[in-house]
Amino acid sequence: MYDVAVIGGGPAGLAAAIEARRNGIQNILVIERDRELGGILQQCIHNGFGLHIFKEELTGPEYAERFVNELNELGIEYKLDSMVLEITKDKKVHYVNSKDGFVSIQAKSIILAMGCRERTRGAIGVAGTRPAGVFTAGTAQRYLNMEGYMVGKKIVILGSGDIGLIMARRLTLEGAEVKIVLERMPYPGGLTRNIVQCLNDYNIPLKVSHTISSIKGKDRVEGVTIVQLDESGRIIPGSEQFMECDTLILSVGLIPENELSEKLEMRLDKVTKGPYVNEAMETSVSGIFACGNVVHVHDIVDYVTEESRIAGRNAAKYAKGELKTEGRLVETVPGNGISYIVPHTIRVNNIENKVDLLMRVRQVFHDVRMIIKADGEKIREIKKSHLLPGEMERVSLDIKALTCKNIAKLEVEICEGEE
Amino acid sequence: MYDVVIVGAGIIGTFIARELSRYKLKIAVLDKLNDVACATTKANSAIIHCGYDAKPGTLKAKLNVLGNPMFDSICEELDVHFKRVGSLVLAFNDEEMNTLNELYQRGIQNGLKNIYVVEKEQLKSLEPNLSDSAAGALYAPDCGIIGPFELAVALAENAVENGVELLLNTEVSAIEKNDELFKVQTTAGVIKARYIINCAGVHADHINNMVSKEWFKITPRRGQYFVLDKSAGDLVSKVIFQCPTKMGKGVLVLPTVHGNILVGPDSEDIEDKQNLETTMERLEHVRTAAMKSIQNIPFDKSITSFTGLRASAEKGDFIIEESNDVKGLINVAGIESPGLSASPAIAQYVVQLIKEINGGFAEKEDFNPHRKKVMRFIELGDKEKAELIKNDPSYGRIICRCELITEGEIVDAIHRKAGAATLDGVKRRVRPGMGRCQGGFCSPRVMEILARELNKDILEIVKDSRASKILTGITKEQ
Repeated sequence: MYDVAVIGGGPAGLAAAIEARRNGIQNILVIERDRELGGILQQCIHNGFGLHIFKEELTGPEYAERFVNELNELGIEYKLDSMVLEITKDKKVHYVNSKDGFVSIQAKSIILAMGCRERTRGAIGVAGTRPAGVFTAGTAQRYLNMEGYMVGKKIVILGSGDIGLIMARRLTLEGAEVKIVLERMPYPGGLTRNIVQCLNDYNIPLKVSHTISSIKGKDRVEGVTIVQLDESGRIIPGSEQFMECDTLILSVGLIPENELSEKLEMRLDKVTKGPYVNEAMETSVSGIFACGNVVHVHDIVDYVTEESRIAGRNAAKYAKGELKTEGRLVETVPGNGISYIVPHTIRVNNIENKVDLLMRVRQVFHDVRMIIKADGEKIREIKKSHLLPGEMERVSLDIKALTCKNIAKLEVEICEGEE
Repeated sequence: MYDVVIVGAGIIGTFIARELSRYKLKIAVLDKLNDVACATTKANSAIIHCGYDAKPGTLKAKLNVLGNPMFDSICEELDVHFKRVGSLVLAFNDEEMNTLNELYQRGIQNGLKNIYVVEKEQLKSLEPNLSDSAAGALYAPDCGIIGPFELAVALAENAVENGVELLLNTEVSAIEKNDELFKVQTTAGVIKARYIINCAGVHADHINNMVSKEWFKITPRRGQYFVLDKSAGDLVSKVIFQCPTKMGKGVLVLPTVHGNILVGPDSEDIEDKQNLETTMERLEHVRTAAMKSIQNIPFDKSITSFTGLRASAEKGDFIIEESNDVKGLINVAGIESPGLSASPAIAQYVVQLIKEINGGFAEKEDFNPHRKKVMRFIELGDKEKAELIKNDPSYGRIICRCELITEGEIVDAIHRKAGAATLDGVKRRVRPGMGRCQGGFCSPRVMEILARELNKDILEIVKDSRASKILTGITKEQ
C-alpha cells in the first residue's frame, strides 16, 4: 500500500513526488517506463532550462539531475523500465517490468505525469510515398542525443515548434544541411528566443504559411513538394515547389498521452486533450491528480515543475484526508481569443493565498488588453504588447479576488483596440 | 534443382507454397522484395467477401464463394485473427435499391444462401452510425475481416516449416525453357525448376511475357486509404460498402481485426507499377465519398494513409491456367478483388491443376498444418502475464506503448522461420509502430533489438526495402 503513486518519472513526476515527500508522505512510488529517470529532458542537451526555478541556465540532463539527486536523497522509491498497463478508479495500479513481473499495487492517491507524444505524419495528412527518412523531431532528437546516430544529410523541417527549431540547430552543428523550416500558420509556433538562436543565428530560412503537400522517394526520402497557404489555410494553386532532401523532420505539435486517463473515463478537455483539473490539479476522478504535459503542453519545463509541485502537495493532502472537497466552486471560462485555461475549476476553500491561471491565446495579438472578469464584471486588466499562441500566458490571482464576492465564473478574454 | 518455383511471396504465392508443401516436392518461393507480403498483400481492404459481386460463371465468383467458408479452419490451423463481422451494401435511392436486388440475385446465382435485403428501418439497429440517407442495404453476415499480411506471414512460416525455401531479394530477370526444365535467371543466380507458378501480382505480365508468346497485360489500379486510431474503433462494427453505380464502386468504411477503422479505397488506373504515392486530391475524394455512408467519420483520428495497387487483368477475371505455349508455366494472374477472399480456393485450384499436369504427387507423412502465432502478452490474464515474465523476463519489457508490445514478442517475430529482419517487418508481424505514435517512441528500441538479435550494426537496419536505411552515420561526439 502506497500513499502516493506517481506515474512517470520525467520532470512532472519527479517534482510531484518530491513535493509529496516534503508534505509529509513517506510511502511514495514513482513508476517510469524508460530506462532512466528524467523523461524527455535527458535528450534535451541544449541549455535554457531552469531560468525561472534555479535562476541559472541548465541543460535538460542537468535540470533533471537536480531532481533525480533530490529524489535519491529523500529515499523515494522508484521503478525503471516499468510500464503501467492499467489504473482503476479505486486506485489500483497494475504495472509490468522484467524483474518484478506483473505487479498490482494499491495507492491512496495517484499522480498522472506521463507527458505527451508527438503528432505524426498521419495526423497531419501529408500525402506521397512512405520511405525511410521521415522522423518526428523528438525521435530524431533521441537518435542524435541519446543513441549517437545521424538521421540524414539534407533536411527539411515541417513545423516551427520548439523541438523542430532546436533540431534545426542541432542537425546543423552535426554537419547536416537544414534547407528550410516550414510553418503552416502565418506565425512561428515556437518561442521567439528559439527562432533567433536556432534559425537566425545559423541562416536557416523560415517560411510561414507554407507546408508540405507530398513526400517523394521509393526507399529513402528524395524530396518534398512545398506549397503556400492562403489566409484560410488552403493551398494556393500553382505555388507547388519541389525541394530535394533526404530527410523530413516533423515538428507539428504535441498531444498529452492519455491512454490511462481515457481508460479511467476521466473528463478530458477537447482543446488541451488532457484531463480537466481543479486548483489542486485533481482530475474528475477523486484522488487522481495530473500535472505537466499530460494535462496541457507547456513550453517551459520550469512551469511544469511549478504545476507538479501543486499536484504533489495536494496529493499528499488527499492521502492524509486534508483536501477540502466542500465549499464554493469557481469555473474558469476561456473567453474571446483564449483557447483554454488551466485549472478548469477552483475550489475556493483550498486556495491559500493565490491561484495561477495558465492559458494560451488562439492567435497572434498586438497591443491588446487581457481582461479578467468575475461573473461578467471586470476585476483586472493587463496590457499586452505581444501575445503568441506558442507562448503560454500566466495570470496570478490573489485569493481576495475570489473571496470578496460569491463569484461562480472567472472569464479571461482578449480585447483589441483602446478602451 | 527445384520441382516448383513460385514467383511472388504475396498472399497467393505463400498460400500455394503452403498447400504444395503437403507433398514430397522441392519448392522455392522467390520474391524480389525484402520480405513476404510487401506489395498488394500489405495494402488492400482486408476483407473476406461473400461472393455476390462477381459475375456468375467467372473464376472470381466460383473461387470467392468456395474460398470464404474455408477461412475458419485455415485461420484456426495457422492461429490467425479472423472475424466474421458481416457486411452491408448501402443503397441511397430507388435506382440503387434495384441494383441491390440485382446483387442479391447474383449472390443467389453464385450459390450463396445467407444474404438478405434489409429495409431502411432495420439499418440503424444493424449499424447505429449509418447516414440517415441510406435507403436500404444488402446484408451478408458471412463477410469477414482479416490481417492479410499476417495471414501471408503465417502461410510463409508454415510453408518454410514444411520444407519450402524462401528466397527474398531474388528478382527474376529472364526465364528459359529447355528439355522440360526452366532456367530462371535471378539477381541471386540461376535457379532450375520443373514448374514455375507465376504469382507476381502487378508484375505477373512481366514474368509471363519473358517466356511466353501469349502476352497479357496487368494494369495497376491504385486505391488509397485512411487508417483511423483505435479510439475511433466503435464507429462501425460491419464492413460498410456503397452500392456500385456508374460512377464507380464507392468507398468502404470498415473495422480491422485490430480494432482500427479503415476508410477507402478509391480506384484509379495508372501506368507506373512502382507508384505507391497517396495524393491529396484522391484522399480528399475518399474522405468525401465515405461521408455518404457515415456522416461523422473522425478523420482527425487518422493515424496514417496508404496506397495499394490492384493487379487488374484485361479480361476482368482471374487468369489461373497453364500457359498454352510454355508447358509447366502456371499463371496465377489478375488476382484483384476478391483475390484475398478466394485465396484458399485459388491455392487448392492451382494444386489440383499442377497435380493433373504431373499425374499426381506423393504426400508427405510429416506435414504439419499448424503454426502458433506470436504470443500476445497484453491479451493474457494477470496470472499468465506473471508466469510468462517469470519464464522469460523479456516479456516484462514493453517496447511499444501504443499497442503494448513486449520485447519478447519482437524477439520471437525475428527468430521465426521467415522471420522479421526490418523495422516494417517487425511492425507487420507484431505491430510496434502501428499505433497512434506511429513508431515515434518505439522505433529506436526496435532497431536496437533487431541489430542485437541479427548481430548487425544498427546502421544496417532498414525500414523495409534493402535501400531504405534509417540512420545515416554516427554523430561527431561518438
